[in-house]
Amino acid sequence: MTDIIRSPRPSPELPSRLAERELGFWLFLMSDLVIFALLFATYGVMADRVAGGPSAEELLELRRPLLETLLLLTSTLTMGIASLFWQSGKVRYPLILWLGMTLVCGGGFLYLELQELRHLLEQDAGPSRSGFLSAFFVLVGTHGLHVCLGMLWGLFMICQLLLRGLDAEVASRLQRLGSYWHLLDVVWIVIISAVYLPGAMP
Amino acid sequence: MMAPAQQERLRGYLLGFVLALLLSLVPFACVHYQWLDRFPTMATIGICAVLQVLVHLRYFLHLRLSEAKERFWLLVFTLLLIGLMVGGSLWIMWDLTDRMMGH
Amino acid sequence: MTGRLSWEALPTYGAIVTFAAVLVLSLIVMTVAYLTWTGKWGYLWREWLTSLSHKRIGIMYIIIAFVMMLRALLEAMLMRAQQAVALNNPGFVDAEHFHQLFSTHGTVMIFFVLMPFITGLINKVLPLQIGARDMAFPWLNAVSLWLTASGAGLVIMSLLLGRFSTGGWSGYPPYTGIDFSPGTGVDYWIWALALSSISTTLSGINFLVTITKRRCPGMGWMRLPLFVWTTACSSILIIFAFPSLSVATLLLALDRTLDMHFFTNDLGGNMMHYVNLFWLWGHPEVYILILPAFGVFSEVIATFSSKTLFGYRSLVYATVVITLLSFTVWLHHFFTMGSSASVNAFFGIMTMVIAVPTGVKIYDWIFTLYRGRIRFSVPMLYALAFIMTFVLGGVSGVLLAIPPFDYVVHNSAFLVAHFHNMLIPGTLFGMMAGYTYWFPKATGFRLDEYWGRLGFYGWLVGFYLAFMPLYLLGLMGMPRRLQQYDQPEWQPLLIVAGAGALIILLGALCQLIQLIVSIRRRRTLADRTGDPWDARTLEWTIASPPPEWNFSVIPNVDERDPFAAEKGKGHAYPLPARKDYQDIELPRNNGLPFVLGVLSFWLGFALVWHLWWLAILTLLGSAGCLARRSFQRDSEKRISAENLYQYDRKRHQQLQKLAGHHALNEGFRWENKVD
Repeated sequence: MTDIIRSPRPSPELPSRLAERELGFWLFLMSDLVIFALLFATYGVMADRVAGGPSAEELLELRRPLLETLLLLTSTLTMGIASLFWQSGKVRYPLILWLGMTLVCGGGFLYLELQELRHLLEQDAGPSRSGFLSAFFVLVGTHGLHVCLGMLWGLFMICQLLLRGLDAEVASRLQRLGSYWHLLDVVWIVIISAVYLPGAMP
Repeated sequence: MMAPAQQERLRGYLLGFVLALLLSLVPFACVHYQWLDRFPTMATIGICAVLQVLVHLRYFLHLRLSEAKERFWLLVFTLLLIGLMVGGSLWIMWDLTDRMMGH
Repeated sequence: MTGRLSWEALPTYGAIVTFAAVLVLSLIVMTVAYLTWTGKWGYLWREWLTSLSHKRIGIMYIIIAFVMMLRALLEAMLMRAQQAVALNNPGFVDAEHFHQLFSTHGTVMIFFVLMPFITGLINKVLPLQIGARDMAFPWLNAVSLWLTASGAGLVIMSLLLGRFSTGGWSGYPPYTGIDFSPGTGVDYWIWALALSSISTTLSGINFLVTITKRRCPGMGWMRLPLFVWTTACSSILIIFAFPSLSVATLLLALDRTLDMHFFTNDLGGNMMHYVNLFWLWGHPEVYILILPAFGVFSEVIATFSSKTLFGYRSLVYATVVITLLSFTVWLHHFFTMGSSASVNAFFGIMTMVIAVPTGVKIYDWIFTLYRGRIRFSVPMLYALAFIMTFVLGGVSGVLLAIPPFDYVVHNSAFLVAHFHNMLIPGTLFGMMAGYTYWFPKATGFRLDEYWGRLGFYGWLVGFYLAFMPLYLLGLMGMPRRLQQYDQPEWQPLLIVAGAGALIILLGALCQLIQLIVSIRRRRTLADRTGDPWDARTLEWTIASPPPEWNFSVIPNVDERDPFAAEKGKGHAYPLPARKDYQDIELPRNNGLPFVLGVLSFWLGFALVWHLWWLAILTLLGSAGCLARRSFQRDSEKRISAENLYQYDRKRHQQLQKLAGHHALNEGFRWENKVD
């Protein structure tokens, strides 16, 4: 189960190029964090603006968010374990397996989240009901969209591992995917602590 | 099978996972079983959240001053700006709500 | 299938609009015909549209800026002409069209003139100043360029199909919400801005990584040219401030298309939160625009005073302090919202504080001039006019920082005068100075001095005539954005302002003539040495225009102003030994960024007109482009050390010949000596 690192012509500059890409991607993530921060601020401004509609206390329950948290936490662990394999740069199939498990957890998370949002829509508590619900849907939805994009990226990386093999560039992309995924988990912690838990408190 | 450095990292991931799990479950339990009053519950949620974010940064993102200096300081700077932006926005908008709606 | 698109979208609602649309359309047709006639499509595609070279990308940005500036200037002229005549009568521009005019003028000037101009100059100059061969991410750089181009294309499209927003460049809801602006105008505005902000964010990341990682050996942070410093700070502002604009405009888009209630009047919306988010970006944006201009002026003043910058460290610290403080002043744009006194006082004080580092800079520049050997070339004229005029604008800014005063002149012509006073003598003069200063580096010949001076005086005199009356009008109580008025005492001042706009237009015309004259006289104006101004930084050590690899051997720097120091010590133009040359890699041309730009233009178009199938298709296409890129290998070409060595040897021989009996290693100072 081992393949050799494939590269047509390893450039001497490649390591520094990859370091540049990782720094650049980190800057992008920081910019993305600011987007989330502003959505949190927006939620903070809108939280009381229920306009006679249902409030957080009436709508939010804890069972599903707890399951979602557990799934996302597990996916963070599996992503971490996968990183051990791409960093050693030799084993391909176990890496795909652990990445696959990460995606399965992410998929479970998304399924639960969509169910929850559908449930709200059925109760006539969609995003066009009030300022509070607009802010809630957009904050949670933006995080969900990020998870969804992360999963598409993960799937694509599995394809790339199969078609192109694990070379330094692919490993660096996986590294960036890992940072992205872990930061999404951090954002989720804040969502849980700022939206769901205070919202579900009597 | 694994190099010692990797075993070290694996241990880090497992430790991080356990800590994160604990720090997730405590606030959920606090809210669900209503162990505490409103304010102490909020404080628990806040403290656990901050701790868990730190756990993630350390064990999963490996943000340590020795290993990833640039990324570490960039994150600190980002958090400073986020504090300014979110804090400022909430200050401005809540102040406005008080003055305009007075509820 | 056709969404909101129908025959009514055609621009038939006013004679001026129809004329403008026909003009734009015929310009496009003429360009296409010209390219086909001369068979230049292949050349254009191979050398420009697919180029990843920072030098070409920089030039294309500046072309976009000039084209869009022509449009924005004509619009300004129309508005000034309208206000000069519209006393107690509707004038010749109807209200709807007038509102579109000031909205496009502001949007175009900020997003598609100043931003591309700055990005273009940075692209052109930054790698050269830090001794690098290209940006850190050349491919991404090309993507940024084509996203900006597609955003500009969307604004132009709004002239041909549908209308543009009438909500001003800042697009405040609830007026820009779906209830009051049901048309496509606000959507054009939102999606053009979205494309521009993605492009700018990517550029900011690219610049910052380039500066952090691609500096040549010895180029420590405290040896960076000031233009590089200001670019770094501006990039930081871009990375952290633009998310705010994206959030504000995208939430507005959600309100409009999905019936959400962030900024609506009813159902719990809070329109003041839009204003909050918009200026949370808007104020740092002011510094994103002005800092690079400060950088240009620092380079120009040092070069044309033949002195090293006075107080380099204080200039750097002032820049960094401005960067941080610019995140703490945004409320001064909406003092009148009705915050409590403590909020207004805090932001008023912070605003006054930020004037301090700016003042430090002004003094540093003045002390650089002091006892310098000043050459009054065109870039220097812009710099001197900037120092005088910008202080004026700054003082009116400090006035506006006082909340009670702001209550008096809020949304009046005084404000219009103030921010034009910052942006024209600040950013635009900076860009003009940079354009003239680095033009020989980009093309190999200087710009004609005579027409350049005429252009400068047009801008300067025109600026004073056009905007000083507006200060008075504001104090007389004239609101901004007036299509007609009934106060006879305003009219004389408005006529003066109109004359000023006309003079600015003539100045711009002189610049156009300058460009044509310079191209025709390019042999006489040729820059054969690569150092036409006796300048001080690395970009002037290499040929004009530089070879595609910039530096054959990456230079090693041991002090600030390295080129000036080398010339002073008699070490200029060293020829490295053959063994110091190494094979290098450069990015190969790539067509995907251009394709991405085209796709994102149609994505924007689809979102404006609700053509959902087209939106999905273009999104899939864009994803396909990214996937394709991630499988591309061999994206670099190699240039052999021998080639580089031969190139350098030939250039060295040419320089030797040019120097004649003078010592080459002291540079060509004698050529630029002061008379």
